[in-house]
Amino acid sequence: MKLAIPVDSNSIESKVCMSFGRAPYYLIHDTESKENQFVLNTAAQSAGGAGVRAAQIVADQKVDAVLTPRCGQNAAGVLLAAKARIYRTKGESIKENIDAFLEGKLSELDEIHAGLHRH
Amino acid sequence: MRFTPDSTGIDPMKIAVLSGKGGTGKTLVSVNLAEVAGQARYLDCDVEEPNGHLFFKPGDLEIERVAVKIPVVDQDKCTGCRKCVDFCQFNALAYIREELIVFEEICHSCGGCVLVCPEKAFSEKDKEIGRIERGVSGQVQVHSGIMNTGEESGIPIIDRLLEGQDDDPDLLTFIDCPPGTSCIVMETVAGADYCVLVAEPTIFGAHNLAMVYQLVNLMGKPLGVVLNKIQEGDNPSEAFCLEKGLPILGSIPFDQKLGLINSKGEIAVREDQGYRIWFEELLTVILEEACP
Repeated sequence: MKLAIPVDSNSIESKVCMSFGRAPYYLIHDTESKENQFVLNTAAQSAGGAGVRAAQIVADQKVDAVLTPRCGQNAAGVLLAAKARIYRTKGESIKENIDAFLEGKLSELDEIHAGLHRH
Repeated sequence: MRFTPDSTGIDPMKIAVLSGKGGTGKTLVSVNLAEVAGQARYLDCDVEEPNGHLFFKPGDLEIERVAVKIPVVDQDKCTGCRKCVDFCQFNALAYIREELIVFEEICHSCGGCVLVCPEKAFSEKDKEIGRIERGVSGQVQVHSGIMNTGEESGIPIIDRLLEGQDDDPDLLTFIDCPPGTSCIVMETVAGADYCVLVAEPTIFGAHNLAMVYQLVNLMGKPLGVVLNKIQEGDNPSEAFCLEKGLPILGSIPFDQKLGLINSKGEIAVREDQGYRIWFEELLTVILEEACP
């Protein structure tokens, strides 16, 4: 199973990023092989629609679940179309969130916020 | 009487009334100028919150719906090359599980996806974003642009307001602009021949005036300033005008009577002879500045 987490930098010691669409990197974690890969979010600096492009980048990694503190409605639309489930992170630690997910302690994100679009 | 910016007589004079923020008096100035001009046209381009119609209360309304084009994809023709997804600068497209998704609310109707698709998989549909209400109040043709709640951009409505007018192309036109200095304001200013900047007598007002001045100056439009809500004491906006050598077209006092007329949704020059004379003089000054 593959997980994606928005993170502040390309290090496992980094923190979970507060934004999904504008996170600088995504950690792609393979729960079987325990392999970690960092994918650059080229949508982070977009003037608008960052969530859609970011979710496309994550979906292209064929992840099964996304662990994130927040998610906008457009990004959620793309992720759900890609059949990825969205879970709410607890705290800032990447490792603790992966462990919590594996232990079934993370609940699905039920609050999808409206777009924070700029003009 | 006809006013044109050049001797050809073809292009009608359009005077835009702007300010760096809401509440400085754009609508007060543009509505009253249009009213004293006799036969004139008033375009409310503040499409997010048009309010000129509250004063004019135009009758015999005609409504024109304004729509933009939104792409529709034929999933059978789409091969998943993603040229459209990569092209879209607004990130309105995603390709997921062999299906293209269009995010209509993000789409800016540029039509780029339709052009770059090698499979010609796109068609376009109309999406209504707002309307224009056209009516008459006294001798003034009143056109109000009204954007639907939740839409991204009112620019197509403004374009339609500026281009699509009634059968008298020579009418002197006053444009009530959106506040600020964003894209939507630039679009409005682009259609104007002369700009009237309305400014409040505060440091904040002077800052906003400076922003609008920079924009209008950058766009190469001639301009003048109306100082509003004048009281005794320093006026930072006046100081800015003097520093930059900007023509001060007129100064409106901070007047309880004017505030009362305005708060009732009445037009000052229809209610008060003193204000009628004042705005007639302002119009004369503006036309002298605009048509030297």
